[in-house]
Amino acid sequence: MSETLSGLLTIGLLVLLLALCYHPVGAWMAKVFTDTRHWRAEKAIYRLVRVDPDSEQGWRAYATSVVAFSVLGIAALFALIVAQTHLPGRQGSDGMGVTTAINTAVSFVTNTNWQSYAGEAGATPLVQTVGLTVQNFVSAAVGLAVAVALIRALARHSASAIGNFWVDLVRGVVRVLLPGSVLAAVLLLAGGVIQNLSAPLTIHGFSGVEQVIRGGLVASQEAIKELGTNGGGYFNANSAHPFENPNPLTNIFEIFLLLVIPFALTRTYGIMVGDRRQGWALGGFAGLLWAGGVALTTWAEVHASGASTGAMEGKEQRFGVWGSTLFAASTTSTSTGAVNSMHESYSPLGGGAVLANMVLGEVSPGGVGSGLYGIVIVALLAVFVAGLMVGRTPEYLGKTIGRREVTCAALYILVMPVLVLVFAGISLASDGPRSTMSASGPHGLTEVLYAYASAANNNGSAFAGLTADTPWYNLTLAICMLLGRFIPMLLVLRLAGLLVEQRKRPVTVGTMPTHTPLFVGLVTGIALVVAGLTFFPALALGPIAEALS
Amino acid sequence: MTRSLLNVVPQAFAKLDPRHVFRSPVIFVVWVGSVLTTGLAIKDPSVFSWSIAVWLWATVLFANAAEAVAEGRGKAQAASLRAAKRETMARRLRADGIEESVPGSDLTIGDKVVVETGQVIPGDGEIVEGVATVDESAITGESAPVIRESGGDRSAVTGGTTVLSDRIVVQITTKPGESFIDRMIALVEGAQRQKTPNEIALTILLTTLTIVFLVTVMAIQPLASYSGRTQPVVVLIALLVCLIPTTIGALLSAIGIAGMDRLVQRNVLAMSGRAVEAAGDVSTLLLDKTGTITFGNRQATELLGGDPADGELAEAAYLSSLADSTPEGKSIIELAHTSYGVNGGRSAEALGREGAEFIEFSAMTRMSGVDLLDGTRIRKGATSAVRAWVEESGGSMPSRVEVLVDGISSSGGTPLVVAQQSGSSQARALGVVHLKDVVKPGMRERFDVMRAMGIRTVMITGDNALTAAAIAKEAGVDDFLAEATPEDKMRLIRKEQEGGRLVAMTGDGTNDAPALAQADVGVAMNSGTSAAKEAGNMVDLDSDPTKLIEIVEIGKQLLITRGALTTFSIANDIAKYFAIIPAMFIGLFPGLDALNIMRLSSSESAMLSAVIFNALIILALIPLALRGVRYRPSTAAQMLRRNLLVYGVGGVIAPFIGIKLIDLVVSLLPGLA
Repeated sequence: MSETLSGLLTIGLLVLLLALCYHPVGAWMAKVFTDTRHWRAEKAIYRLVRVDPDSEQGWRAYATSVVAFSVLGIAALFALIVAQTHLPGRQGSDGMGVTTAINTAVSFVTNTNWQSYAGEAGATPLVQTVGLTVQNFVSAAVGLAVAVALIRALARHSASAIGNFWVDLVRGVVRVLLPGSVLAAVLLLAGGVIQNLSAPLTIHGFSGVEQVIRGGLVASQEAIKELGTNGGGYFNANSAHPFENPNPLTNIFEIFLLLVIPFALTRTYGIMVGDRRQGWALGGFAGLLWAGGVALTTWAEVHASGASTGAMEGKEQRFGVWGSTLFAASTTSTSTGAVNSMHESYSPLGGGAVLANMVLGEVSPGGVGSGLYGIVIVALLAVFVAGLMVGRTPEYLGKTIGRREVTCAALYILVMPVLVLVFAGISLASDGPRSTMSASGPHGLTEVLYAYASAANNNGSAFAGLTADTPWYNLTLAICMLLGRFIPMLLVLRLAGLLVEQRKRPVTVGTMPTHTPLFVGLVTGIALVVAGLTFFPALALGPIAEALS
Repeated sequence: MTRSLLNVVPQAFAKLDPRHVFRSPVIFVVWVGSVLTTGLAIKDPSVFSWSIAVWLWATVLFANAAEAVAEGRGKAQAASLRAAKRETMARRLRADGIEESVPGSDLTIGDKVVVETGQVIPGDGEIVEGVATVDESAITGESAPVIRESGGDRSAVTGGTTVLSDRIVVQITTKPGESFIDRMIALVEGAQRQKTPNEIALTILLTTLTIVFLVTVMAIQPLASYSGRTQPVVVLIALLVCLIPTTIGALLSAIGIAGMDRLVQRNVLAMSGRAVEAAGDVSTLLLDKTGTITFGNRQATELLGGDPADGELAEAAYLSSLADSTPEGKSIIELAHTSYGVNGGRSAEALGREGAEFIEFSAMTRMSGVDLLDGTRIRKGATSAVRAWVEESGGSMPSRVEVLVDGISSSGGTPLVVAQQSGSSQARALGVVHLKDVVKPGMRERFDVMRAMGIRTVMITGDNALTAAAIAKEAGVDDFLAEATPEDKMRLIRKEQEGGRLVAMTGDGTNDAPALAQADVGVAMNSGTSAAKEAGNMVDLDSDPTKLIEIVEIGKQLLITRGALTTFSIANDIAKYFAIIPAMFIGLFPGLDALNIMRLSSSESAMLSAVIFNALIILALIPLALRGVRYRPSTAAQMLRRNLLVYGVGGVIAPFIGIKLIDLVVSLLPGLA
């Protein structure tokens, strides 16, 4: 079987899996977040944290809860990481420096999972399971909660409450992420991913070099790593490591896991706003961009110069070019950041493509929850610009997009490019940060740009090559992750507060349709133009210059 | 167009004042860029830097010119209004009833003034005594005088209009400087123009885009420096100006002023730009039946039940209506003559001289008619009255006629029975005249258009439900409110608004005022009371209720123009990038020449061409901004498709061609690298 055919079959299988799960998973999540009854386990949690699950919050209370929960999470994780070398089960881990610890704490709470440390060496099994894995669940659930709050705001009218954060958080974990990861972990185990608590194994290789092979609770962490679009690997080599991702089948399954919730959420959206076509439109938009990203990355790698079999440098033999590019395009378009190949080694255009995936703002389809609200924001901007062209004050799902709404959406769009360009600019202009780059010229520029794009978009994948475990990068990247996560979230909740208060204007033939292919094309155009105009000069000096030289 | 552009050159320069430019953040950035570039060009002169500096100033000037042209169109109208506002001496009545002469500008609310034939009314007010004919042409442009009288719905007078006959006492209702004419002048001049909600929202988006591009361009320097060569500041400024949405930023305020101006040209005064925008959003139109949908009086449309061969019914109907000067009577004469071949040209006077005696309609008899010299008596009137008249002479109403009467009544029309008695024989009912409210021609088509635009039309009428339903069906409105009281109207508006719909209506009476105030777009008739004019947010000087439909279209056109130019402006950036980015970095990375898809002749000519295009496109689009984009009523989906194609796709393609053409010329410029 030719490489192309097997590659296409791989993509076909993946799309089929996603299509099969789109309806049930989407419908399940809609039910989870509209259910009026509580599970017994959930009631126990509510009693424990003293929350009345039947009372709802306005946007301020909701936002306060999000921030409080996340600040507490960062503080607790930071304390745990700093203390890890003094806690049991060290297994020879070296621990982390203070700035690395700050970076890591912020990274996992913001669902970024940028790893300044080497997975197996920097974090003890205790930190991995009690700290990082817990955040893998709850950080994804926080994103989910904020997205659901925004959906409720669009679905309701003349109200002020957008839901109860604690209920959304608990349900996201208990009813969506936990069952999903258990199922996924079992399947990964069956596929050959390891799950043990054995001590590190020391073996001698053929050349006589001593090697320490660590085990761990890998399958369970792998499941939530992908399902929660986290991406922080148990091992430094991440999904390229045979213990994390042993064969092509687990590879497809992991790609499926990282795409399934973000895509299915558009279905949840359609159900909850009471018009499934609206969900189809958003899903179609995300699918279009995702397909474009996959196509561009794959085309670039297959046609990379100087290799008859495509660019295999930095890729695993067992996945091949197609299995690697499919993973790379999917992980960068879902703000996951797990990698099964080294993006640094991609051809200039391929590397540029995965970078472009991120600077689109993680909307194709983006991370768990964060992708959906990002998509809605782009849709709102499209509605605002083009909506005027039908001769009415722009409206989306019956809600008017006025001055205050547009301010929220515009500021949301502003955050990420500012963070990326300002910090990349400063880093490239300063001698200290420049000294830790492994490459020079346009490739080095791409390394730095990629790092900040990854952090500000809460992706977490690394281009590699850049030695980022320095105080400068640890702290600036932490700032990017923190602001790139929470400023947009707060703007989204503010927007939800504005939208939920509005009456719903009835749909007439004078209303701009937001479910048609034309609208999908329009939103795609707006997303591409906004990202393109913002990042074209930087990309021109990085990957484009490299590709054309 | 060219002349109006030349005329505004001085104003365009005057508007370079930073305090003015600051009102548009996008243009302010260009202004700062122009200052910086000029400084750099002085310090380090070259053909390139001076060319860029000149064209950046041109960009700001073109933006100013756009605004000035838009304002200029209102100036002429303002001048004629000012003429009407010339200082007048008022004859104020003191409390003791003695007149005193004071300047019109000293009048305050509550003052009473006397105005007589030939004098100008010194301020807005209500007539408290007397009746007069008034020439309001200073405001409406309509030369036919109107009657204004104390009490009722025609008591309002406007300062600056002239009394043509009689004497009235006017109580002043506005403070000096806030009169209707003052407000009109301010409106048409755009002096007190405040940004509308939608304009503010758009400005926020444009400002955000400007900030994004500012960051993008500022980030280029460290990136370029890392890559091996810093960029001249002039180049960075040129790039920034090309990227920020200057086209829409320059034309935004002109579009708003022009939109108001289009209303003024149709003799509608909007009290706020907000109301004009709201007009575009209207989804329910409340239209009064009388005068708006129908001609306002019943007209004869057919004669039923007569024997067509002898024309007896038509002749009788004709003769009995000769002396009837009501519109109904005239319409019967017209119908009998044109449709039933009755010999026209006879007059009541002539017949009277021959000895005929006309019986006028009275509320008691509810009949009118004529007794001819030969003893023939003809009567026409309400069914019950004519029946009584026929039976009195021993005759009876044939059931045939009764059936016709019922048929007309149930269709919403008014039947008039015509009967005739020759000599001393029994009176006979000849047939029935069908009177009905006639729907103005073309209304159904207009309502179809409204429906296609997603607007629901509701007819308001005092008629009973049966009549209302018939007319609603004939006119093609979506719904009707029969036997409507002002309270019913109010309730309907609230109900529609609670459903999230914006409501527009017209009104003229004082009892319309609450509903006018409640409606999102309330158009008061200029002939109406001042209470109605205060309550509404627009005044129609022609007092034409059908104009509501045009107002909605103007509101939509205003929004479409903004959206279209915003889309165009953003779409333009793609081509500018392809011109400037390769030009900037080609020295560093020769491979980037592949991006120079327009094959522009040199780096400097490429950048200059982009800047020139950016400036000229503003000039080229001024007519469009003033006129508004072409508006064809259609569904939102159709409009979106069409406008996206023209302004989105067109906006991507046009600058590629434009920049290439400019480059062909610019490359001939000596001294460009």
